[in-house]
Amino acid sequence: MKRIILNLAPYKFIVLIILLLLGVQAYCDLSLPQYTSDMIDTGIQNQGVEYALPEKMTQEDMMYSTLFMTDDEKNEWTGYYSAQDNGILKRTADEDSLEELSDKFLIPLTLSHQTGNMSEDRFRETIKQSMQASPEQTPEGFDIDSLSLEEIGQFMGMELKTHEAKNEKGVMTTYVDMRPVMMGLIQSGQMSTEQLSTIRGQMEETVSKVGKTTMHSMGIAFAIDADKAAGVDVDAIQKSYLWKQGFKMLCMSILMLAASICAGFFAARTGAGIGRDLREKIFKKVIGYSNTEIDKFSTASLITRSTNDVQQIQLVTALLLRVLMYAPILGIGSVIKVVNTGAHMSWIIIAAVAIILMLVLILMLVAMPKFKAMQKLVDGLNLISREILTGLSVIRAFGREKEEEQRFDKANTSLMRTQLFTNRVMTFMMPCMMLVMYGVTLTIVWVSAHRIDAGDLQVGAMTAFISYAIQIVMSFLMLTVMSVMLPRAGVAADRIDEVLKTDSTVNDPEKTESISNSSGTVVFNNVSFKYPNADDNALENICFTAESGKTTAIIGSTGCGKSTLINLIPRFYDVTEGSITVDGVDVRKLSKSDLRSRIGLVPQKGVLFSGTIASNLKFGRSEATDEELEKAAEIAQAMEFIGSDEKGFERAISQGGSNVSGGQKQRLAIARAIVKKPEIYIFDDSFSALDMKTDAALRKALEAYVKNSAVIIVAQRISTIMNADQILVLDEGRIVGKGTHKELMRSCETYKQIASSQLSEEEIKKSIGGEDNE
Amino acid sequence: MSENNGSMNTQRRGRPMGGGRFAPGEKPKNFKGTLKKLISYLGAYKIAILIVMILAAVATVFSVAGPKIMAKATNALFDGLMSKIAGTGSIDFGYIGKILLFTLGLYIFSSVVSFVQGWIMTGISQKISYRMRKDISEKIGRMPMGYFESRTYGEVLSRITNDVDTLGMTLNQSITQIITSVATLIGTLVMMLSISPLMTLISLVILPVSAFLLSFIIKKSQKHFRTQQEYLGHINGIVEETYSGHTVVQAYNKEKETINEFCSVNNVLYKSAWKSQFLSGIMMPVMQFVGNMGYADVAISGGLLAIKGVIGIGDIQAFIQYVKQFTQPIQQIAQVINQVQSMAAAAERVFEFLDETEEEQSPEDPVIPENVTGAVRFDHVSYGYDPEKIIIGDFSADVKAGQKIAIVGPTGAGKTTMVKLLMRFYDVNSGTITLDGTDIRRIPRKKLRESFGMVLQDTWLFNGTIMENIRYGRLDATDEEVIAAAKAAHAHHFIKSLPNGYDMVLNEDASNVSQGQKQLLTIARAILSDSKVMILDEATSSVDTRTEVLIQDAMDRLMSGRTSFVIAHRLSTIRNADLILVMKDGDIVEQGDHQELLAKNGFYAQLYNSQFESA
Repeated sequence: MKRIILNLAPYKFIVLIILLLLGVQAYCDLSLPQYTSDMIDTGIQNQGVEYALPEKMTQEDMMYSTLFMTDDEKNEWTGYYSAQDNGILKRTADEDSLEELSDKFLIPLTLSHQTGNMSEDRFRETIKQSMQASPEQTPEGFDIDSLSLEEIGQFMGMELKTHEAKNEKGVMTTYVDMRPVMMGLIQSGQMSTEQLSTIRGQMEETVSKVGKTTMHSMGIAFAIDADKAAGVDVDAIQKSYLWKQGFKMLCMSILMLAASICAGFFAARTGAGIGRDLREKIFKKVIGYSNTEIDKFSTASLITRSTNDVQQIQLVTALLLRVLMYAPILGIGSVIKVVNTGAHMSWIIIAAVAIILMLVLILMLVAMPKFKAMQKLVDGLNLISREILTGLSVIRAFGREKEEEQRFDKANTSLMRTQLFTNRVMTFMMPCMMLVMYGVTLTIVWVSAHRIDAGDLQVGAMTAFISYAIQIVMSFLMLTVMSVMLPRAGVAADRIDEVLKTDSTVNDPEKTESISNSSGTVVFNNVSFKYPNADDNALENICFTAESGKTTAIIGSTGCGKSTLINLIPRFYDVTEGSITVDGVDVRKLSKSDLRSRIGLVPQKGVLFSGTIASNLKFGRSEATDEELEKAAEIAQAMEFIGSDEKGFERAISQGGSNVSGGQKQRLAIARAIVKKPEIYIFDDSFSALDMKTDAALRKALEAYVKNSAVIIVAQRISTIMNADQILVLDEGRIVGKGTHKELMRSCETYKQIASSQLSEEEIKKSIGGEDNE
Repeated sequence: MSENNGSMNTQRRGRPMGGGRFAPGEKPKNFKGTLKKLISYLGAYKIAILIVMILAAVATVFSVAGPKIMAKATNALFDGLMSKIAGTGSIDFGYIGKILLFTLGLYIFSSVVSFVQGWIMTGISQKISYRMRKDISEKIGRMPMGYFESRTYGEVLSRITNDVDTLGMTLNQSITQIITSVATLIGTLVMMLSISPLMTLISLVILPVSAFLLSFIIKKSQKHFRTQQEYLGHINGIVEETYSGHTVVQAYNKEKETINEFCSVNNVLYKSAWKSQFLSGIMMPVMQFVGNMGYADVAISGGLLAIKGVIGIGDIQAFIQYVKQFTQPIQQIAQVINQVQSMAAAAERVFEFLDETEEEQSPEDPVIPENVTGAVRFDHVSYGYDPEKIIIGDFSADVKAGQKIAIVGPTGAGKTTMVKLLMRFYDVNSGTITLDGTDIRRIPRKKLRESFGMVLQDTWLFNGTIMENIRYGRLDATDEEVIAAAKAAHAHHFIKSLPNGYDMVLNEDASNVSQGQKQLLTIARAILSDSKVMILDEATSSVDTRTEVLIQDAMDRLMSGRTSFVIAHRLSTIRNADLILVMKDGDIVEQGDHQELLAKNGFYAQLYNSQFESA
């Protein structure tokens, strides 16, 4: 995890930008719900009117609006309006203060609106109450229940203003404008200011419990009515509000879109950039490794580290930058919002997060062992499948198809069982998480209900709290789910880091020497070599001289150190003791490229690279001419198959040379060395895949060509090296015989053993005889 | 085994990496046909899947309905509060509690339903995957050898692993997701229509917009995903090639050029990687944007319609709830379609494999040979993998019981073809091969092969104990018989020196025993099988001298008293053979014994003498 973040160091600046953009995105994400609800609440329900202060008012409405105001309020209120020629009052208050004023005058205006729109039942109730309060003023025979509204009005000496509308339950109801009545009552002294302030006190209590936001629309309802009465085109206000708000929402959405696209852009580039950089770094590192480091890691592991591991990091980084970083930002934003709601129910959120963490933990504990076992089972099934395919002929030869099917079935069944288990455990996860989420909502509603009842929470705060709480829990959920991916990436990062921290043990000397008089003579001076971490020397006290123009052959059984020996010459490893010189200069004092430019190595496996035959042959000397290629191919006995293909030298070679046979690969590898025109040829068992005839022809042609170079041949087949100028017999890292075939047949027991295992008596005689004839 | 490791790598490489949800799924050639096959393959699970579909729909309905019901609780709370303030009542906690409990019940029910649904679906998809793998493994046993020779192991392996995995996973997730998305979409649409057909029409405007944007982004990003996939392949290719040819690169001073090549490919990869990542990441915000716009669109037009009195304010408020939910299922469906496509492509490959022609399992008129003596006769045999290209033409030979036949020739001359014909890995195109006078095509394969023992150069052993591996030659052999066979094969001594002896488990690529030791084990296995006819392939190299002597001796013992066909490299073997078949370019050019062939002074004489030619 630490390493993944460290990888980001060069991208500090961009990461900062991403953080910023994510902040913007989170801001939009958190405020957009407000815009969407404004569209509906203000734009549609409140007909686009935002403030409780009407734009225009009739004198009458002005009068009614002050009904529940204190004298101070009245003075302030009237100051915000000025009369126009037509007698209509126009709002002159500062636009910026409207919101504040709306809140300030909310209660009297709401009350004015409520009294102006009193349902018939409520109206009758109020009248009754006031009559009971002062029975002396009640007219004779006034039985309110038997009278129609009109008749009540007549009794009161005024015409009651009524209108019909659907109530909140959708039932048609008659509403009465109570305000003129009240005005009358006040003027006639039937209603006291105390009564008014009682009503007002009641309202204030309501507002404190429900919250100003919730009551807001009642105040606005007053403004709408007043505006309409004063001839303001409310529909136009609504239209313009909707368009304005729509435009704002568009802007906000665009901002969010832009922020998240930009964040995505930078995150994608950073993730891919880190991938690219890591790949390049590893590749450069590995290419400079000596065989010691390659052996330490193994080629397969290095390949995985350069490809899959890097890919893993790249993916996780992109994810980290987008999702993993966004979740906490959004979470923090929500926390701020939650604190602002003042709901103080954080314990529910904490509990929910704890439950989620616990759930994830439990599921992981239950499923992890099986998850780990699953990888093994998958590998096991793959292994058996591979065995069945590679051993098809053996299986069929022994008629064991049924047994193999059973073996496969056993692995298949246990894999199925385990996968079934883990998948089912995971099936558990989603519904559980959803349940937790719903549970949170339900708990909040229930707890809030009681607190609202007790009066220490507002309804508006509750609804806001729910949405932010869900946001926070979601962020946590996202974090947990994502963090499951992190350990895997952490392992990949460690594996990559291991490569980057390992330096090649074979390096160029600080001061290089050069060869003045080059001929290609290689001398081993008492060389010993021990593999790192090995107990015993792989080579011990090797002394010999491979002269220019002569062939030196090395033979011995597998594991005797033949390949190790020749790997020391181009410094794939460095000697542990003693020294190797080329033309008298210690190989460790030459620059690696100088040394290697003198050597034509043909490795055991014919390694080719994708490209064409020509590109492969020119690998060692890109300026080689076509004639030189042809000549080399002829010597390597490769012309026969190159020529038979219509594309000739331009024939394509696929990755690793998989489209040519083993024998052809070896011949091309030999030709490649020849094209290079080196001073030292090294053939590491390079004739093994050739049949005896080709082998013989190749050696004959080669011998004539390499007259001025030192040739070192490693071989298993005695027939390959019988004619060498000097044969070294290696056994367990030591030279046990040195000489020509004839000499060794006389003196070296190991050599004789090898010869007799490969050749018949007759042939041995012939070979020794053949030498005699020369 | 290095070859197999190679195929493992290809396989790993084949897995889409950095795919994301919008990585191009491979497209099946025949989507409908494959889907039909898949459905019929589901067989008895069809009913279970139907149940799953119903459950998924039910769970969706409930989770959609939940918030609506819960809104009642908030309303009741609000009303209660208001009446409390007005002094006419109080908050009805009983009622709210009831609603909340009911909602909780609903959610629990919905969770249980979706859990049960997931449980069943997981079971189905796992069992289908299991059956598919089983069918493939059994199919392998019934297919002609030729099929596998024209393909890499990786190809067949990836059907068992990757393709079946893809299938299982998609089956597990996609069906549920399709149902959920479609149910949500339909549910939402129905609700919207019931509120206001006119508004529904207005909100449908976002459909073509999102469809256009989705397809545009998917198309764009898939292009880059494809490039990314391609260049990831290139990069992996270069890495593999360079690392495994590491010494050659260094020996030829090619480091700089290789790095340059790598960097340029790496750069292309980088570009496609960030572009694909970026474009697929754009999807969410863009769809969110479209959703927001749809919302604004509905709100504004709703408001305007309300002014004209066409629609009530309450209706808009109810309607707008659904608009928000509208884009999500569309997006999900787009994803799932992509997944289903890759699934169909995987299924297509699996079915293709399962539908390959099989070998005929038992002949119409079978003859079960008893007491096989081992006389083999080739009568005008001709064969070619491709009937147009005959490899062996008109070959006749009469091998008496107990004779030793050496097959010699340069590499690639088709020596193993002869052996494969004999064991009926292939069938002759014309002519007949008889064993003890019976046409081998009339003998059931299993019975025929029981008469043959085989030791190949490719020393195939499996991941089991040494005892099990030798016993593979004859399953009912006792431990004593196994040990006796190991002794006869000169393997006893080295087995005893191994940790756990006969019970040592050979590791995955059997690298905990040497190549020579493996050869001895395969010989022991063949000795145990005690077959009348032996087929041997002599190793050319990579065995140390001492083991070589042991192997040779063990092989000689194996051959004694049996008819044996030897793909020979060793001259001593060849010289002692009763009959030498000399092959060149897939044809038998000469036959006879050593002296006769030398006397002929033809290709054999040339081959024999070549290795002693002095320079």
